[in-house]
Amino acid sequence: MTALCVNALSKSFGGLRVTANVNLNVAPGERRLIIGPNGAGKTTLFNLITGEIAPDSGSVLLFDQDITRLPSHRRAHLGMARTYQIITLFPHDTILRNVTLALLGLSRLRWDPFIDLDRQHDLVTRAREALVRVGLDHIVHRPLSETSYGERRRVEIAMALAQAPKVLLLDEPFAGLSIDERRDVRELLQKIPRDVTIVMIEHNMDVALDFAERITLLHFGEVIVEGTRAEVVADPRTREVYLGH
Amino acid sequence: MITPRHGAIALAILLLVTLPVWVGNHYYINIASQILLFAVFALALNVLVGYGGLVSLGHAGLFAIAGYAGALVLQAGHGHLAADLFAILVTLAASAVFAVLALRSTGIGFLMITLALGQIVWGIAYRWASVTNGDNGINVTTRPAPFGLSLSRADTFYYATLLVFLLAVLTMTVFVRSPFGASLRGTRDQARRMTALGYNVWLIRFLAFLFSGFWTGIAGLLFIYYNQFISPQVAALTGSAEVLLMVISGGTATLLGPIAGAAIVVIMKNVVSAYIERWNLVLGVVFVVIISFMPEGLVPGSVRLCRWGWQKLRARRNGVAARPAEEPSP
Repeated sequence: MTALCVNALSKSFGGLRVTANVNLNVAPGERRLIIGPNGAGKTTLFNLITGEIAPDSGSVLLFDQDITRLPSHRRAHLGMARTYQIITLFPHDTILRNVTLALLGLSRLRWDPFIDLDRQHDLVTRAREALVRVGLDHIVHRPLSETSYGERRRVEIAMALAQAPKVLLLDEPFAGLSIDERRDVRELLQKIPRDVTIVMIEHNMDVALDFAERITLLHFGEVIVEGTRAEVVADPRTREVYLGH
Repeated sequence: MITPRHGAIALAILLLVTLPVWVGNHYYINIASQILLFAVFALALNVLVGYGGLVSLGHAGLFAIAGYAGALVLQAGHGHLAADLFAILVTLAASAVFAVLALRSTGIGFLMITLALGQIVWGIAYRWASVTNGDNGINVTTRPAPFGLSLSRADTFYYATLLVFLLAVLTMTVFVRSPFGASLRGTRDQARRMTALGYNVWLIRFLAFLFSGFWTGIAGLLFIYYNQFISPQVAALTGSAEVLLMVISGGTATLLGPIAGAAIVVIMKNVVSAYIERWNLVLGVVFVVIISFMPEGLVPGSVRLCRWGWQKLRARRNGVAARPAEEPSP
């Protein structure tokens, strides 16, 4: 069984092939790194997997269930969560409300127009727990607009973790962080238990190399190399498209 | 726990309930009824504009559909209850059609589609004379008399309108705090993220449109009972623009804003027009002033200015300029 399986996935924007016959098999509990230079089609691949855009051909399977035609919001209910490279949060709300919204998304309560959301203690408690995991529990009531960039990254991760996903897709979680913040986020990601399968996109290879067991190298929408860390690093094609200059 | 907020609400309700006593004059009681019924309309539109981020310019169409549906059933000789229920059902159905067509898009696209739909309603009301009586409109000969209490007097009608208004405010208050209200605001701020979190963004917006349509229908019914007449003018674009101005000038995504906006527009229309022939000009100037100094709307803007003034006053009284009061920037 695979946690996430991508079969011959293709997508073109006009004449530009952004995803070309991509195959990907990620085992349950695996840490997979997807690398590639700018414009390699990494984020597009994520958008295809999460259903934000529809593929031209190919299929996506989540724990052997075909989800290719499933709307994006249904995939979240099947255990798929993602973070965004460009931080996508609710700027008018507090940190706690941001994470509560993540939990509410998977709760039937989200349709309820009669109850008071602030009094849903179960949701609020679980949101606080998620914020403890990312070390933001001391500022839960701070409006998001008054937080730093590094804190927002951690709110992104807390929202994904709060949903207790089976497959977690991280889109450049280290982008724009200082060295200290990177270390914090790396430790945070390493603490995520193995029942969560993680696929991470990273543009900068050095940052995330030690995180992954297997690495997939993407270039112009195609899988160029796939293998263990050592194999991919040693492969001459990697040097050519990525390291070699 | 009793807070100043509770006190203010109690005072406001007390003032509203005793209004016919201290206003006295029928003319002004009627204006108060108009303010309340347009406040219900503005609150309904605010669900979409303020909380959903969906600017509709076709709500006068829904307002008129409720009015025409009610008036036609009454004209056919049926009772008020049947007319009102039918009108609400028809308005909900029309809202569903509006929503399905307009929600193919957001932003300007949504605005243009709702505008077009509103114009279609106006066109039908104007041209389909065999049913709507065209330009001559339809008279509503009687007002209802719930529990034997006739609403034909200015003060009894005012109390009925006040009751509906308070119900609308209560519903909106509960809605805003509810998980569904939070979901709707989420789709306004980050629709993409909401989808990734498992929310069905389209369905949330659709249901919000129905909710907005429901209260628009209620306001439309109050309107025909108040005027005892409806004509195509009610569905015109100016009506949609007027209620949108109420929401925006008062303050979107607030409960008090649309109410304040409704008060300004109705007072300008009725009171100022008695003294100044070109009252539209005065209304325009008022809007320009509001948007210039309080782009977020009258209610949030006043709160901001009061806070700023209070801070300055305190700083001066303490005689220290440790921290200058924040500029009243929007």
